[in-house]
Amino acid sequence: MHIPDGFLNIATVATTSAVSAAGVAAAIKITGKQLKEKQVPLMGVMGAFIFAAQMLNFPIAGGTSGHFMGAALAAILLGPWAGTLIMTCVLIAQCLIFQDGGLLALGANVLNMGLIGSFSGYGMYRLMTLLAGRGARSRLIAGFAGSWAAIVLASIACALELAISGASPLQVVLPAMAGVHALIGLVEGAITVVVLGVIIATRADLLEMARVKAGGNPK
Amino acid sequence: MRSKWWLIALFFCLLIAILSPLASTSPDGLERVAEEKGFIGLAGNSPFQVIADYVFPGIENEALATIVAGIIGTLLLFGLAYGVAWLLVGNKKRKTA
Repeated sequence: MHIPDGFLNIATVATTSAVSAAGVAAAIKITGKQLKEKQVPLMGVMGAFIFAAQMLNFPIAGGTSGHFMGAALAAILLGPWAGTLIMTCVLIAQCLIFQDGGLLALGANVLNMGLIGSFSGYGMYRLMTLLAGRGARSRLIAGFAGSWAAIVLASIACALELAISGASPLQVVLPAMAGVHALIGLVEGAITVVVLGVIIATRADLLEMARVKAGGNPK
Repeated sequence: MRSKWWLIALFFCLLIAILSPLASTSPDGLERVAEEKGFIGLAGNSPFQVIADYVFPGIENEALATIVAGIIGTLLLFGLAYGVAWLLVGNKKRKTA
């Protein structure tokens, strides 16, 4: 759901860019305080994985494709601020080098797929592991729900920006975007479950590492 | 070998990049909605192109051009995210030292 240039009006470009700039600045500050040296390779691997997996569009209903987003997975493994940073790296490279996502729309794409994707995915995952416990099975279910919610909320944010920009009326674009991404989200959730499952089976310690938490100070 | 788990993970990411020519070429969710709801025409082209649309320029075989683009991007993103994280961790050390 990389927004190209031309879909958003100037006011929306300015607003989303400002919000994203502030969000990424906070992400740099907070991640810088909390990230551990041991987590540095995982940051690199998540960047590589999300980029590669985003290239693999899969067909969904009716001549439409979808691709993995990855914000929730990154946020579950490393916390929402670090997840935002990883998504920002991916989106900047996709925009500048691969011409996927517009230059002016970069702020909106970082807002939708970075900040909103990471925080909603992480929030849903945390809520569900609080309710259902931290066993392997509840982590996987929470991972599925978190990544489904993340891509659906990102698509709703995208639809709101399109409607505010006058590209399409809200009552038209919102159900269309949320509907198609509710389907794509099922595959998003499945990929997240597979990756989390592999990590739980092989390197559960990666999940136990202190995540970069929302706002708080490290102990 | 255990300490180098990330090398295995990176290798796996490169394998995914090599599979990229198998990706569906159908429009993605947003493109599809833009086509159906009649605002796809608003989309403008980028003022410059580097590896536009994940096809490395100058390679005639499109599958190969996509694989090359995928490998470059995957390695680049590993380096970029690793580099950002490394700088941030280093910064903390310099401040507390």
